[in-house]
Amino acid sequence: MDILSKIKKANLVGRGGAGFPVAKKWSAVKNAVGIKKFVICNASEGEPGVAKDGYILEHYPEKVIDGMKIAIDFLSAEKAYLFLNNNYYKKLNKNLVKLLKNSKIEIFVKPINAGYIGGEESAMLNAIEGVRIEPRLKPPFPTTSGLWGCPTLINNVETFYNVSLAAAGQFKNNRFYTITGDCPNEGVYELPDNLTIEKLLKQTKNYPKFSFFVQIGGNASGEALNSSQLKRQINGAGSIAVYSLAKNSFKKVIKNWLNFFANESCGQCTPCREGIYRLNEVFSKEKIDWELLDSLLDNLSDTSLCALGGSVPVPIKSFMKNVYPHTYK
Amino acid sequence: MQAAHENGIELPSLCFHPDLPVKANCRVCVVEITGRKGLATSCSTQVEYGMEVKTDTEKVKRARNLNIELIFAEHIERCPTCVWRVNCKLLELADKYKIEITKFRDRKGGRKVYKFANAVEIDGTQCIDCRNCVDACGSLQEINYLRLKGKGINQEIVPVDEKSGFSFIQKKADKIDCIYCGQCALHCPVGAAQEQTHWHLVEKALYDKSKAVVAQFAPSIRVSIGEEFGLEPGKIMSGQVVAALKKLGFNYVFDVNFGADITTMVEAEELLEKVKSGGTLPMFTSCCPAWVKYIEFYRPDLIPNLTAARSPQIHSAGLIKTYWAEKMKINAKKIIVVSIMPCTAKKFEAGRTELKINGNLPVDYVITTRELAWLIKKNKIDFLKLKSIAADNPLGASSGAAAIYGATGGVMESALRTAEYLLTTAQDSVCASVKGKNKLKLCNSRIEFKDVRGQSGIKESLVEMAGKKLRIAAVNGIGNIAPILKKLKDYDYIEVMACPDGCIGGGGQPIPTTAAIRKKRLEALYKIDAKSKIRRAHENEEAIGALKWLESKGKLKNQVLYTKYKKRK
Repeated sequence: MDILSKIKKANLVGRGGAGFPVAKKWSAVKNAVGIKKFVICNASEGEPGVAKDGYILEHYPEKVIDGMKIAIDFLSAEKAYLFLNNNYYKKLNKNLVKLLKNSKIEIFVKPINAGYIGGEESAMLNAIEGVRIEPRLKPPFPTTSGLWGCPTLINNVETFYNVSLAAAGQFKNNRFYTITGDCPNEGVYELPDNLTIEKLLKQTKNYPKFSFFVQIGGNASGEALNSSQLKRQINGAGSIAVYSLAKNSFKKVIKNWLNFFANESCGQCTPCREGIYRLNEVFSKEKIDWELLDSLLDNLSDTSLCALGGSVPVPIKSFMKNVYPHTYK
Repeated sequence: MQAAHENGIELPSLCFHPDLPVKANCRVCVVEITGRKGLATSCSTQVEYGMEVKTDTEKVKRARNLNIELIFAEHIERCPTCVWRVNCKLLELADKYKIEITKFRDRKGGRKVYKFANAVEIDGTQCIDCRNCVDACGSLQEINYLRLKGKGINQEIVPVDEKSGFSFIQKKADKIDCIYCGQCALHCPVGAAQEQTHWHLVEKALYDKSKAVVAQFAPSIRVSIGEEFGLEPGKIMSGQVVAALKKLGFNYVFDVNFGADITTMVEAEELLEKVKSGGTLPMFTSCCPAWVKYIEFYRPDLIPNLTAARSPQIHSAGLIKTYWAEKMKINAKKIIVVSIMPCTAKKFEAGRTELKINGNLPVDYVITTRELAWLIKKNKIDFLKLKSIAADNPLGASSGAAAIYGATGGVMESALRTAEYLLTTAQDSVCASVKGKNKLKLCNSRIEFKDVRGQSGIKESLVEMAGKKLRIAAVNGIGNIAPILKKLKDYDYIEVMACPDGCIGGGGQPIPTTAAIRKKRLEALYKIDAKSKIRRAHENEEAIGALKWLESKGKLKNQVLYTKYKKRK
């Protein structure tokens, strides 16, 4: 069976957060016209509260590299890059360099100033090309016009890890979960991908005894859920953050998110650059103009240039809907 | 957006400009597409068969208006002194969509204003972060003098020499400097990048009754200024420009086309002299001051290639303050010459001290087409109702060759017309009279050199005249200069205009200026040429008269006709 069929059979989806079917992306790059093609493994892991890529690179680097090599062969790619988070580079560089000897894979260390946006796939392309690090206008998508305009396959660390497993017939429908926050056993866990949030917290002995809420899929852009909504699985990047209600006032939580996004906005488009600044302004006032707040959030999801701007409303809106239903309006 | 426009549906936009790559960052042109989540920017979305697009739903209105309001809060309104007030895209949008312009507190009060010589400025307090100026300077002109500093709300447009966090990289990089072409201003939707205005100085001069205040206007402004008053691009308004200037209080109004004829003759003589004597070739035109600045800064080794001829505005102003002053018995120091130019770099050129004649600068003030339009509107002159008046004499007459100075390839074509005349009549000077035998040969000489016309980036030709072969090229826009500089040995004569399509696309021209608009302005100039009674510079008898007068003045001739260049760091 060829690799594409194996990937299809394993039903692999991208583990960067968007959950895009892997086989579909691979075929798109394969079918794209281009003299040169590139492969990039996204190991920037800029989302707070997600640490699984670092964990995988530390414990199973050969598998990730194997997955990348399979992609290189599949596409007859010119070259591949491992776009590596600076902290991971410091920690894992020696080992990775050894493993990458005599391969077409080069480590590209994520620039320190790249920030959160530097992990967005087209911003990452800009970083490698040495131009201003910010998302590109899409379409065209990297699959047809990526690095230096060539078709480029971009997958997450965990995705390449899974490809390697699927190629060897070892994929067991597991995924990696990062659990952080107000809980005793913070860490990365490899567990079946169909567990509910509740089960995950219980199995890892992290289920709180106090009143709490969780944020899943990233501590910045993830969705907030109350403790009665945990009978579902996680989509997006596999992470759960536990927040104690006693420790986290409503203002503190939202303010943290807004500050984070304000600092990380690249400044390209109006709704994100200006909108988040004004959200902060509105939210800092004693009397909050909820209607304006709401329209600024809607404007972000409707008109942002990239997915990061579009994700700003996710934590705030879900928090207002799920966690503080009574204070909202 | 284009599809909507072609079907008569106007969509608002700020960051979109047909000359530049699509950036889709202002998010003002959003539309709703059936079946798609969120809104799409119409400037960056390709139409597809069967696509259903809604341009004015509640959702669209809300998002569009909010984004305009957010942008408004970036732009500190300076309306009372802004030449844009009468032509402001933001105010237009605010009015059209009933926007609350003060919904948010202005946030850019502390931003800097960057001034580039006396020509152009970028005012950070008015910038809406659309980045058109960066693209105009970069992808269009390939100068790359402007860059973005910082990110998020702190991002700012700065000149590259502004100290950055990466000074160690900057030191190694090639030095970059502004050439004052003003394309940043021409592509800025909100007047944050604009000319350094001098209209208020001109206004002051007009009140000074002890001075003779003289206006002279460039070839290309007559075909563009109408747009400022709602006319189609390419309407020829020479007579109205003269009338408006007189109404504004100028004592005399001359046409720089006269100066252009002088330049043509001086330049054609020099070209032939260089060809005959084996001088430095290729010879470059020098009437574009942004191009001259480019050579002086980036390629000072090529300074000897620039023609020594002064530019039309300087020729004509020089003659105003010498030839005309003597005729009128006015002390040159009592004359104030104001140039109305399509150009921001002309402001810089006018201030070059090496141009002084007897210690006097030929041109006192330069204002752009936009500044003139502003003065006309400010003084409530109904431009469209003005009766056409001819420019004053003796410095008013001109040939068709002068008119096309405003077009890319036009300077070269004018010079070639006169060069061919000189060659076929076997003369070195336009002032010499033609002997009977040679007069006959002239019947065969050409007027139109069509190879150097048109909107392509580089136009090349091999011209044969009187047995001599000239290899020529016209570079249309400084962004196209690189390949030509690599093969200079292949040419004898090169015209360079820094702005796309020449002066009619100059940095001081009406906004918007796009390729389609430039095309119409170009056509109008060639129409003036085709309709002119005389079409060659040397047939302008008044210009010949002025040159003959200079012949008798010894040193003054050099002072009025020629200039020198210097290396700039």
